[in-house]
Amino acid sequence: MRPIATTRAAAGIPTGRLAVWWVVASEIVIFGGLLVSYIMHRIANPDWGYQAAYTNVWLGGFNTFVLLTSSLSAVLGHKAAVAGDGPRAAKMLYATCLGAVTFIAVKAFEWTAEITHGYTITSSTFWSFYYTAAGLHALHVIAGAVIMLFVAATAKRNLELHRVELIGIYWHFVDIVWIFLFPLLYIAK
Amino acid sequence: MAESIPAHDAHAHPAHHPHAEPSFWSKYVFSTDHKMIAMQYMFTGMAMALIGGFMAYAFRMQLAFPGIDVPGYGTVTAGDYNALVTNHGTIMIFWVAMPVLIAAFGNFLIPLMIGCDDMVFPKINRLSYQIFLLSAVVLIVSFFVPGGGFGGAWTAYPPLSAKGQYNLTSLGSSLWLVAVALEFVAFLLGGINFVTTAMNSRAPGMKVFDIPLVVWMIVVASILFMASVGPLIAGAIMLFMDQNIGTAFFDPDKGGDPVLWQHLFWFFGHPEVYVVLLPAMGITAEIICVFARKKMFAYKTFLYTTFGTGVLSFTVWAHHQFVAGIDPRMANIFTVTTLLISIPIAEMCFIYIATLYGASIRLTTPMLWALAFVAEFLIGGVTGIFLGASGADIYFHDTYFVLAHFHYTFFPIAIIGTFAGFTFWFPKMFGKMMNETLGKIHFWGTIIPFNFTFIPLFFLGAYGDHRRIYNYQHFPELAGEQYQDLRILATVSLLVMLSFQLVFFYNCFISWRKKEKDAGKNPWRANTLEWTAESPPPHGNWPELPKVYRGPYEYSVPGREQDFYPQNVPS
Amino acid sequence: MSQHAEHAAHEINYVRVWVILLCLLVVSILGPMLGIKLVTLITAFGIAIIKAYLVAKNFMHLNIEPRYAVYLLVTMLVFMLLFFAGSAPDIMKHEGTHWIKPVVHVEAPAAAHH
Repeated sequence: MRPIATTRAAAGIPTGRLAVWWVVASEIVIFGGLLVSYIMHRIANPDWGYQAAYTNVWLGGFNTFVLLTSSLSAVLGHKAAVAGDGPRAAKMLYATCLGAVTFIAVKAFEWTAEITHGYTITSSTFWSFYYTAAGLHALHVIAGAVIMLFVAATAKRNLELHRVELIGIYWHFVDIVWIFLFPLLYIAK
Repeated sequence: MAESIPAHDAHAHPAHHPHAEPSFWSKYVFSTDHKMIAMQYMFTGMAMALIGGFMAYAFRMQLAFPGIDVPGYGTVTAGDYNALVTNHGTIMIFWVAMPVLIAAFGNFLIPLMIGCDDMVFPKINRLSYQIFLLSAVVLIVSFFVPGGGFGGAWTAYPPLSAKGQYNLTSLGSSLWLVAVALEFVAFLLGGINFVTTAMNSRAPGMKVFDIPLVVWMIVVASILFMASVGPLIAGAIMLFMDQNIGTAFFDPDKGGDPVLWQHLFWFFGHPEVYVVLLPAMGITAEIICVFARKKMFAYKTFLYTTFGTGVLSFTVWAHHQFVAGIDPRMANIFTVTTLLISIPIAEMCFIYIATLYGASIRLTTPMLWALAFVAEFLIGGVTGIFLGASGADIYFHDTYFVLAHFHYTFFPIAIIGTFAGFTFWFPKMFGKMMNETLGKIHFWGTIIPFNFTFIPLFFLGAYGDHRRIYNYQHFPELAGEQYQDLRILATVSLLVMLSFQLVFFYNCFISWRKKEKDAGKNPWRANTLEWTAESPPPHGNWPELPKVYRGPYEYSVPGREQDFYPQNVPS
Repeated sequence: MSQHAEHAAHEINYVRVWVILLCLLVVSILGPMLGIKLVTLITAFGIAIIKAYLVAKNFMHLNIEPRYAVYLLVTMLVFMLLFFAGSAPDIMKHEGTHWIKPVVHVEAPAAAHH
């Protein structure tokens, strides 16, 4: 039983999309708080560069490529949904989920390598931030992928197609966070 | 009393198809109806208030009569004392003020006052309450685990909060942190609901400046919350890891910085106090207009001032850290911004007073509470000026002066604001009127002792009483009889105030139990849309959703026969 | 519905944007290898900002979204700047009036290979 009184869109934005913008806004301050804290420490401790040297820029770069491509498939899904093609939108969303799975798999491999070489979360404060920031991001990737599966399952039957755009916006946000995490954690050496 | 004319809307259709009478579980426990969720928040919040109040009773007894076997609690050890004051503060802010003022009143009032049938995301609404309830359970569990509840103050500064070997409550501290984090998630979800509903679900004809002030205030408060809580969520994750995994985010020996936690905490902590203040001010605004039979003196100014306060509230946070070793140049900046922020709040109080000027004032119980809010909050606000000046704060920081200041602000917000709103909207929520005589007895029995509890604390703070000390007899310069007498006065007044709350509960009980629903739709003869629905409103709120023709405060309009002009009556 | 307008007026080739993003990614990885600090900063962070802008504009459609969404997100970023400005004098420094925060040097675990 849905409320019927959604007759207006105060800022010209329909309700579902408005809610997603607010979700993104509150996530900006969560990640922002964590990353600002990291940046302040990083600038104050230039010798963290020695620790950061052991992050794997190729794996990080590959993961950036994976997420950028998954953003592409997400927006192509949106294009299909706008055209009313539910099954194609679902297929694009499944491709995005595949990207998410790849991302997590690469991350798991990467972290296993780092941990077995002795770079654990308690090795130094740099590594604490590294695992916490990337870990929080990875949790958002997983959550986004799970929600995307539900949206895709419904979209395949040509229902609730507007949700494709909504989960897409969230997904692009997750991509943008990684776009900043990549130089912060991998390149700043 | 004018019967409200059902609005005729070409688009209206029955809010929902008729269905079988819901079971107890779907009606009361798993409801998605905003009014039921509001009640759930209200009663959980009030139950937590009893717990928080009991804690205050226990530690105040210890302070007045050190070493005493407190009736109903036992002896208060030093460790007990720390846990009691920590959890009293935490509970009152996060599990009483926020759920009651924002979640309960917000959930109940927003759809009713903007003329729609429910929140736009009813299931997320239910989920947010469930997460909130879980957070309350986790917090209460933390009191009973080995080591006991967290005792590192509601501000949880590391290294005390991060290291179990210092705080001696390692399990309790982690559970406390988890409870607070869950509560934040619940309110993030709720906030999104409130903002989108208020923006997109208004009745036809309700323009932005026709929205009642309390709705505006709750929405702005939700926005402030969502914009400020992020850094603290990040900080809580970091603190949790410091507590349990051995990271060193806040440990200077290993490259961390404890002052970072303070910044993360207070960046949220200061806007938080405005998050709880704004709904209380909104409730006061509604009540004053209704019982002064006069429109709000300067609705738009009030609103713009609120926005200004909201923005400014993000620029004052380090006034909590003046003596923590922050850069003195930053302390200068924060002093200026802190003193500046007193101006918009004072302006809002002046607007209340201007609204009252020349009005036909009816001193009903809700009106008494609303007026008390203005008077007591002004005392709180004025004493904040001393603390906002970094020079004076060097002396006052961590003394009872601070404590008295924030109780003179928080008590009006959380307690007076709640009683004001509750006594005002009780007839709508339950269909029955509360007893006015009992209401007034409760009012005076709360307000007078309240002042006698906290005014002595200003003096004690000025004399040098430090906070978070469980026995002043250990400090020769503070152990004198004249000081102890003030502490005893404060405690005895608290006991008197707590006993008068029984009058309130009795009033609630007998009013709720009345056989007949004697309130009718609009006992206060008010204008806003919630008074056009049945008392209590049914599922879906109205058979036909209302249409709005004017602002919410058209009282005593010249030329009209009646002194109120409801929003939904066609011109 | 605005989405049709967006579809027609913005037959922007999403794939083209993606290719640009990938090129930028490559530059941002290669740039720091030159070892010049200024180049590293510009390529790593400057490009990150450009990539984020491109994703926000073209994939999130913020260019056709009502301005409200942009204002909202920018406001949150401004708050983060504010947080930085208020905290940095304490967190980014190693000493102040009556306090020091010594640099803690942690030895990297024995040589690792990528």
